[in-house]
Amino acid sequence: MTTQGSRLRGNDAPRMDFLNRTFRHWSLLPAVLLFALLTLYPTINLARMSVSTIEFTQGAEAWTFTPLRNVALLRADALIPPAVRNTLVFVIAAVSIEMVLGLALALLVAGVTRGKGLIRTVMILPILVPPVAIGSMWKLLYNYDFGVFNQALVAVGLPPANWLGSTTLAMWSVVAVDVWHWVPFVFLILFAAVEALPVDVLEAARVDGATPGQVLRRVTLPLLKPAIVVALLFRTILAFKVFDEVYLLTSGGPGTSTELITLHLYKIFFEQNQLGYGALLSLVLIAAILAFLLVGRQATRAVRLA
Amino acid sequence: MSTVATTMPITGAGNAALGGGHVRWIGVACLALAVLAVLGPFAWILTASFKYQIAIYSGEWPFTPTLSNYADVLLGRRSDFTANVVNSLVVASVSTALVLVVGTLAAYSLHRFRWPTWVSAGFLAWTLIFHMIPVMTLIGPWYVAFRELGLYDTRTALVLTHVTINLPMTVWLMRAFFREIPPEIEEAALVDGCRPLQAFRRVTLPLVIPGLIAAGILAFIFSWNEFPVALSLTSRELATVPVAIARFAQQYEIQHGQMAAASIISTIPAVLLMALGQRFIVRGLTLGAVK
Repeated sequence: MTTQGSRLRGNDAPRMDFLNRTFRHWSLLPAVLLFALLTLYPTINLARMSVSTIEFTQGAEAWTFTPLRNVALLRADALIPPAVRNTLVFVIAAVSIEMVLGLALALLVAGVTRGKGLIRTVMILPILVPPVAIGSMWKLLYNYDFGVFNQALVAVGLPPANWLGSTTLAMWSVVAVDVWHWVPFVFLILFAAVEALPVDVLEAARVDGATPGQVLRRVTLPLLKPAIVVALLFRTILAFKVFDEVYLLTSGGPGTSTELITLHLYKIFFEQNQLGYGALLSLVLIAAILAFLLVGRQATRAVRLA
Repeated sequence: MSTVATTMPITGAGNAALGGGHVRWIGVACLALAVLAVLGPFAWILTASFKYQIAIYSGEWPFTPTLSNYADVLLGRRSDFTANVVNSLVVASVSTALVLVVGTLAAYSLHRFRWPTWVSAGFLAWTLIFHMIPVMTLIGPWYVAFRELGLYDTRTALVLTHVTINLPMTVWLMRAFFREIPPEIEEAALVDGCRPLQAFRRVTLPLVIPGLIAAGILAFIFSWNEFPVALSLTSRELATVPVAIARFAQQYEIQHGQMAAASIISTIPAVLLMALGQRFIVRGLTLGAVK
């Protein structure tokens, strides 16, 4: 340490001295700058864009101030109601199935003495591979002519199903992919919580004559509540953000049956080139998520206090 | 968590959690089923990637394996996939290195120095909110800003956005790791004559190497996987692997074998990093979720 100090006290000394004295400030500065430039400034820009019409003529942008036009576009957009409805159906269906399956799996597998390392390894895999690859994989599995599901249906003498092409089935096919993708995540969080449960408390309940069902309802689930709330919040937020797999599988079709709000926003920005209207819709979406976060925070607090 | 498993090998927390009884064989069955359900689709795609298009269509079994899909994807004259892999590797490596530096410094600064609450709480809350908003909402202004700066369709734009996207995760994760270090260690170094910068570099930083590995692996994977930004801010030459796979899926006549091969190739980093750093990843994923 001393030799290092004396070496630094050579010609580098004034610079090092300055860096040391201002360490506190410059250590936070890059992150703040980056965030200001790439999130704060764009958010402000969203407000500016949302009251404008932006057109590209010969590569140059032309901004015109048309605040009412974008509001009118939002009101007249016939795809908003189905997109909101589909997003809600997707989030509620996918997240609730994932929570139930993930919790059941965590409780059941925790009793197994061997193979825990194996299941952890296997369960991380879907979380880490590219969502786009998952989309393309399931597009093949769902294929009408040669996908594995229709092969199985035909093998047992049933007619093949149009998994992604039918207006009634497509949403559930997409939900199934999300369930496959994210049950492992819920499992990993809840599995860690189950393994950390105080065994003596559970034993005591059992010795006192509680039935397995009673132990589960009155002891285990209340103890797991914080982890369950965390997993639920994380999943809900991520489910709202879903884009990649659905873009690959159906791109919102057939018709509007799997059109989600993020897909719709992408199409407004990059297929219809409505940058102004897209910005307005983005702001509305951000406001809705902030409202959800506030409600979620209150709910978490209520759970913690209860 | 492992103490429970080792000290109570027979009862185990799970049996007790369900109220005991003979549920272990159900547990084993569920475990096997879950492993099969997760690995099954991967196995099916892996076999498809070694089949000729005609064998995929006919579903014949056994089939004659072929490397033609991989050859077409990686070496084919009409395929840009090798360039896409290089793009993805460059963007993921550079953005991971940057986010580790920026994020670790910020986490240390927030943890170590006394910032006014509005700075520290404000910054952390803002990162959290940004993390929860769909990235699609900011792609519009990013597109406009990068066009104005002449950065549209450059790797720089992609690196900057990926650093931003991964910054919340890195800051929160590294903050959790810094908090686990007893403050006395650094105080002792300062008393012994260390300058603040030395104390950080030589005393504190080596203690959070597991955190750096966890955050680094996750940041690399998230950048490698990232799709909507890469799709919106790049054209054909600078497309990343996910964008290339999406193009396969949207061709008029889908080359299913090549699509399967490209998908399998895209999962290689995840599989490799998982094999190398599984315990860091589990720690990172659960720590990030709980704290």
